[in-house]
Amino acid sequence: MSDHDPESRSSLWQLITVRFKEYSREPEALFWSFGFPILLAIGLGIAFRSKPADVTHVAVANTGSRAASVAAWIARDSSLAVERLSPDSAAAALATGRVALIVFADSASIHYRYDNTRPDARTARYLVDNAVQRGAGRTDVLSVSDEHVEERGSRYIDFVVPGLLGMTIMGGGIWGLGFPIVDQRRKNLLKRLVATPMSRAEYLASYLLSRLVLLTIEAVVLLGSSVLLFGVPMRGTGLALVVIVVISALAFGGLGLLIASRARTIEGVSGLMNLTMLPMWVLSGVFFSSENFPRVVQPFIKALPLTASIDALRANMLRGVSLPGLWPELAILAAWIVICFSIALRIFRWR
Amino acid sequence: MATAPVSTPALLVEDLQKRYADVHAVRGLGLSVASGECFGLLGPNGAGKTTTIEICEGLLAPDSGNVELLGLHWDHDASELRERLGIQLQETQLADKLTVEETVRLFRSFYERGRTVDEVISLVQLDEKRAARVGKLSGGQKQRLALACAIVGDPDLLFLDEPTTGLDPQSRRQLWELITEFKAHGRTILLTTHYMDEAEMLCDRVAIVDHGQVIALGTPAELIGSLGAEHVVEFALPPGSPVIDDAKLRALAGVHAARPLAGGYELQVGALHRTVPALLQLLAAEHLELTQLTTHSATLEDVFVSLTGRQLRDV
Repeated sequence: MSDHDPESRSSLWQLITVRFKEYSREPEALFWSFGFPILLAIGLGIAFRSKPADVTHVAVANTGSRAASVAAWIARDSSLAVERLSPDSAAAALATGRVALIVFADSASIHYRYDNTRPDARTARYLVDNAVQRGAGRTDVLSVSDEHVEERGSRYIDFVVPGLLGMTIMGGGIWGLGFPIVDQRRKNLLKRLVATPMSRAEYLASYLLSRLVLLTIEAVVLLGSSVLLFGVPMRGTGLALVVIVVISALAFGGLGLLIASRARTIEGVSGLMNLTMLPMWVLSGVFFSSENFPRVVQPFIKALPLTASIDALRANMLRGVSLPGLWPELAILAAWIVICFSIALRIFRWR
Repeated sequence: MATAPVSTPALLVEDLQKRYADVHAVRGLGLSVASGECFGLLGPNGAGKTTTIEICEGLLAPDSGNVELLGLHWDHDASELRERLGIQLQETQLADKLTVEETVRLFRSFYERGRTVDEVISLVQLDEKRAARVGKLSGGQKQRLALACAIVGDPDLLFLDEPTTGLDPQSRRQLWELITEFKAHGRTILLTTHYMDEAEMLCDRVAIVDHGQVIALGTPAELIGSLGAEHVVEFALPPGSPVIDDAKLRALAGVHAARPLAGGYELQVGALHRTVPALLQLLAAEHLELTQLTTHSATLEDVFVSLTGRQLRDV
């Protein structure tokens, strides 16, 4: 008897819908996919939001006759907060970092004590000196005016959002393929499936396609909230962004497949995943620029798929670099796709 | 002996060998299963049953030997074979998060032809559970779902590996009914089991497998008949009792064979009413105390004991 059920679709369609059903019935997975990246972006956005320059605390030591007038001149600068302390308590305040600088003023000269390696102390030195010299009667030779700008694209949030997107693509590809495949192998379900006429290519394709659909939603949610909440710039073309995201997703999907190709236990595959992802979390410039690492390891860092993905995303979003300008990163990702899939398909354990 | 199959056998296995790193799991095993037959591979755990059935299912490659299913070979007809075989593995956990209906629909989608999803679900009596998550099903319901997935492609040859292991008696009987029904449609079944009652209940012919070889083959009635004894008497003595000479036991009226068991003895006898009084007299004469005495009709279990000197449940 043949099946004329109108709901029946091709096996690929069935495999993909089953993926989504299993996924959507796992509330934790939904949180890690959608909630976590948004919360992270919001948290970082708040922590590193652009705010008015901090007030710098300085102390005037209570020695000499001019201390009072020097303190009054300094107090005129709104970016400085001044207090008068005895020499001992001023020294203690400097040692603990509560003040950046101590002013010793006697009738003839001014003496500054500060830590020259602290940027805020050096700034305080110039601000205080400026205030004191003006108070003492210095006149400026040229007239100056200030204009304050805030450049979108140069803030920390602008730097970190492409990093978070890259991290989301990596996590989705590696966890999203690694865990369910190994779980099915562990439960003998993989063996059961390959005992049917199911196409093995369709089985693997169902994972990649469902990952791409979920990733599209994740990326839209993350980028959408970043643009709406923080005005993160999207200077590149949408097409280039889609190409980078899809190629990255395939590279990490291939890596996830390779990691999952032999493991029989969740513990085993978790170890492999952490081993793979941890170096990239640290080295690939998610939260801070990978340029900070020594020059000798730069070629290695550049070859990592997460570095290539994040570099390409940043170049696209922040600098508006178009596809031809992204070829080195895309070539690295393409190489990862070819290498991971060809090894994974060769060594994949179907039972 | 067994009736030889007349037409092309549904399954033919010749001189199968499979060696793992440390175990010689299958040693020259041969089988021939006729079309429409329900054939049982019976043996203790580790006898090589699962290895044999997985080689037949195309999931394992043999080291050597010939396997022919429905006149086809795994080497060149793999895709046609997968369409025509139904398989239930020994331990498969289907996806917990899917419902019964979604699971059957998924498996149905793999086959070109087959039964409808609704038909199969009612066949395994899971209509009421069709919207239930697999994770919420009982052990028996899960096994019936596994059976549904095995028959949804309307297979010509069905493999069942330990279909009722670990189930309660009621669930076992329910599965037996379903298998019997499937058999009534003229389809061929190969099943493995270490339950003798299951083999006697379901199988037209049985091969007893031990250490990777077939050590006996026939219908359950033929195999039991080969014992030459219709009943089995088992008795036990208190710990520390003196050993009774086998010859004395064999000399008792109606005894065909006698052997010591753990803590007692087993006698294969033709007629209980002659042997039991004689046994009691012997024990009285030897001043031995009887702690346990049981009798039952001979079963395949007794055939296995008689062939191997071991009990299935001990192994």
